[in-house]
Amino acid sequence: MITLHWVYAVAGAMFAAFALLGARDRTHPRRWMNAAFWGLLALSMWAGDRLGDVGNGVLVLGLIGIGALGGLSRGDGVVPAEIRQARADRFGNRLFAIALIIPATALIGTFLFKLAPGWFDGKQATLIALALGVIIAMTVGCLWLRAGAQVPLQQGRRLMDCIGWAAILPQMLASLGAVFALAGVGEAVGGIVQQAIPQGSLIGAVIAYGVGMALFTIVMGNAFAAFPVMTAAIGIPLLIRTYHGDPAIICAIGMLAGFCGTLMTPMAANFNLVPAALLELKDQHGVIKRQVGTALPLLIVNILLIYWLAFP
Amino acid sequence: MWVLLGIAVIVAGFLLRFHPLLVILASAAVTGIAAGLDPLAILAAFGKAFNEARYVSIIWIVLPVVGLLEANGLQERARGLIARMRGATVGQFLAFYMLLRQGLSAVGLTSVAGHPQTVRPLVAPIAEAAAEAQAGGLNEQEREEVKAWAAATDNIGLFFGEDIFLAIGSILLIKGLLEQYGIMLEPLQLSVWAIPTAIAAFLIHGFRLWMLDRRLKRRRAETQP
Repeated sequence: MITLHWVYAVAGAMFAAFALLGARDRTHPRRWMNAAFWGLLALSMWAGDRLGDVGNGVLVLGLIGIGALGGLSRGDGVVPAEIRQARADRFGNRLFAIALIIPATALIGTFLFKLAPGWFDGKQATLIALALGVIIAMTVGCLWLRAGAQVPLQQGRRLMDCIGWAAILPQMLASLGAVFALAGVGEAVGGIVQQAIPQGSLIGAVIAYGVGMALFTIVMGNAFAAFPVMTAAIGIPLLIRTYHGDPAIICAIGMLAGFCGTLMTPMAANFNLVPAALLELKDQHGVIKRQVGTALPLLIVNILLIYWLAFP
Repeated sequence: MWVLLGIAVIVAGFLLRFHPLLVILASAAVTGIAAGLDPLAILAAFGKAFNEARYVSIIWIVLPVVGLLEANGLQERARGLIARMRGATVGQFLAFYMLLRQGLSAVGLTSVAGHPQTVRPLVAPIAEAAAEAQAGGLNEQEREEVKAWAAATDNIGLFFGEDIFLAIGSILLIKGLLEQYGIMLEPLQLSVWAIPTAIAAFLIHGFRLWMLDRRLKRRRAETQP
C-alpha cells in the first residue's frame, strides 16, 4: 500500500540531491554547511522513524545550530534574462499548463485514491497525490521543454538555498505546539481568557480568537508564530472543546485573520518595508497605509465567517 | 501558570528579532522546564513532534518543478500577461492583477509574481502611467500613493490566494498542530475554507480600487474645467 512513507522517500531523495549538489558546488562559499543542513533533512525524511525520540531531538538541534549560526548562504546559477525571455516566447502558455499538473493531480488524487483503499492510504491521499503530481509535472516538463534531468534539481536547489533555514520554520512551530500541548499551555491561557470573556459568550470567544490572531501577528510579524499560541489559548480549549466548533473552519479562517495582522505591521518587513524600499517610496510605511483599509474590514469578515460557518 | 513563560519567550524573542529558530528552541525549553520536565524529556518530546510533523516540509518537493519552469521563462510569460492590460484605468488594472495573483497563488505558483519579479518592473509603472492619464498629471505624493497601491495589491492577492492551494506551509502547519491535539484533518478540508475569505478580500480591495478611480476622475474634473 502506498502511504505517506513513500512521499517521505521522495522528499528525502530530493533533499539528499540538494545536499550532494551543494557539496560539489565549489563556487559556494559555505558549501559544507549547506550540504549538512539539507543532508540532515534528508536523514529525517528517510530514517526519522528509526532514530528514536532523542535521536530526532539531536537532529533538530543540528538543524537549528546550522540555521541559526548563519551556516547557510545562497548559491547562484540563475539563467540569464535574455535566454529566459526567448524561452518564454517560444514555450508560451505551455509553462502554465505544466505548472497546473500539480494542483490538478493533487485535487483529482484526493478523491480518486479514496476509491482504492487497498492501494492508497486514504487519510493521506492529498499529500500522496501531490507528490505524484510533482513527479508527473517534472517528467512532462523535462520532455516538453527539452531540458536535461539535472535542470530541475539544480534550479530547485537554487530556490531552496534562497529560502534557507526558513524552510523548516513551519515544521518547527508545529513541533513547538506539541510541547505547548504537553505542558498544558492551552488550559492555562484558556483559564485566564475565560475570565476576560463574558461567561458563555460564543461571539466573545470568536472575537478574542480572531482579534488575538491579528494582534499577536502584528506584534511578532508572523502569523505562523501567532497560530500555535492563539490556538492553544482559545481555539482548542474554548472554540473547539467547549463550543464544539468545526476545527477545520476555525483554524483555516483563524490563520487568515492572522494574515490581516501581517498587512498592518512593520514587523513583517519582507512584505511591508522591503517593497517600499524597492519602489523608492519616501514613506517607508506607505504600503502599510494602503493595506489597513482592506485588512480591517477583512478581519471583521473573517471573525463573522468563523462565527457563522463553524458553529451551525 | 508558569508554562505561560514559553509564550512570553516567543513573543519577546520575535519582537526583539532574535533568530526565529533559537526563539522556538528557547520557548520549548522554558515551557518544558516550567511544566516540570527534565531537559532530556523536552528534547525527546520536541524530536518526536518534529518527526511526526515531517509532512509540513513536504511542500518543498514542488521546488524542482518551479525551478525548471522559471528557468524556461515562467516569470517572463506572466509579465507578458500583465503587460497586456496597458490602457485600463489604474483601478481596473490593479483589480486584474490582484485576480491574477490570487489565481496563481491558489495553484501553488506563489513565486511567479512578487515585488521584485513583477511589481517593481511592471505593475507599479503601468499603474502610475494609468493614474497619470486618468487624473491629468500627478503630484509627487499621489505618485507615491499609486506605487504603494501596486505593492499593497500584490501582498493582498498573495495572502488571500495562497491558502487555497492545499499544500502551502500554513495549511500544513494547521494540519500538523491540530494533530498534536488529536484532531486529524486532510489539507483539502482546510484549504476550501480559504475560499470565502479570498472572495471577500477581492470584493473589499476591488471596491477600494474603484473608489481610487473615482477620486482620480473627480480630480481631473477639478483641475481641468
